[in-house]
Amino acid sequence: MDAHVAQLQMQYRNYILSLYQQGFLDDQFTELKSLQDDGSPDFVAEVLSLFFDDCVKLVGNMARALDQTGTVDFCQVGANVHQLKGSSSSVGAKRVKGLCINFKELCEAKNYEGCVRCLQQVDIEYKTLKAKLQDMFNLEKQIVQAGGIVPQVDIN
Amino acid sequence: MGMVRESQFHVLAVDDSHLDRKMIERLLQKSSCQVTTVDTGSKALEFLGLRESNDPNALETHQEVEINLIITDYCMPGMTGYDLLKKVKESAAFRSIPVVIMSSENVPARISRCLEEGAEEFFLKPVKLADVTKLKPHMMKTKLKKEGEKPSEEENATLKPEESLVVEMILPLNQELELEQKEPMLSSNKRKAMEEVISADRSRPKYNDITTSA
Repeated sequence: MDAHVAQLQMQYRNYILSLYQQGFLDDQFTELKSLQDDGSPDFVAEVLSLFFDDCVKLVGNMARALDQTGTVDFCQVGANVHQLKGSSSSVGAKRVKGLCINFKELCEAKNYEGCVRCLQQVDIEYKTLKAKLQDMFNLEKQIVQAGGIVPQVDIN
Repeated sequence: MGMVRESQFHVLAVDDSHLDRKMIERLLQKSSCQVTTVDTGSKALEFLGLRESNDPNALETHQEVEINLIITDYCMPGMTGYDLLKKVKESAAFRSIPVVIMSSENVPARISRCLEEGAEEFFLKPVKLADVTKLKPHMMKTKLKKEGEKPSEEENATLKPEESLVVEMILPLNQELELEQKEPMLSSNKRKAMEEVISADRSRPKYNDITTSA
């Protein structure tokens, strides 16, 4: 039993490290995790849930704003990007945040094609992150079910 | 660490983003503060009892709450955090409540404007626990002012010298601000803001030259 737990824990550690190394997550995610405790055991999951709700909503808004035949309201698109940038920054979603920074510039430049492409990338990116984090949560569950404790992973 | 009973600090947090409200709430709870969150400046004013309403019954429903600090997002639809700051500082009843502004953007002019209007701190988002722990001295200041006396509880005895040192450092500077002698501090803050913008470092500008205590 212990060997199984140890193996799962190692798998978990490596997985988390890879998420940071591949740039999916940054320090803010570490900060987020540090706010979770016995009093608020689901804090990270709840915050991430809000984040992905934001992604769905904001990407939808932007898609609609960019779908106008005729004049596109780039200010409107930009406002949504700003919100998404804020949310992604708050949870440590590094790649999504990075895309938002580019996206903002494209909006300011009123670069229609650029915006459309960027939006597609944002869409892919947040969904990819969602899947990765789901895998992370699944590993945590497996560890707990095997009778172990989810390790604190030291990024440095 | 045995501190002043921290659960007595009540913070009003204002942010239109649900996610950010959740974050700031957790940060404040982690710092042992009681938190009330609202999503607009108008609701914040209503909560304080400042809102001028056409409804003659409005004042009757206003609750007696003691707020030790207001922390608000800058960019909000309708009433911005800056507007809220102004309204609070214009109110005789509530101007002594410290106000802290949060923003996702590092805009020196914006930061200066807020500090000039009386904001105690300006935090860049994402706000961290280290930022929130800086709020204690500001809240303690109002608490001690209200109580009039130094705290008499046993558990505070060991901290008294430190606390009074913090209070003594803050109050004179506060008075200075009110006397419009803000230029030196602001220009140093502006300089800091510029330096921070230029530097590629992750660290954010901290506009808290006042509290240097541990």
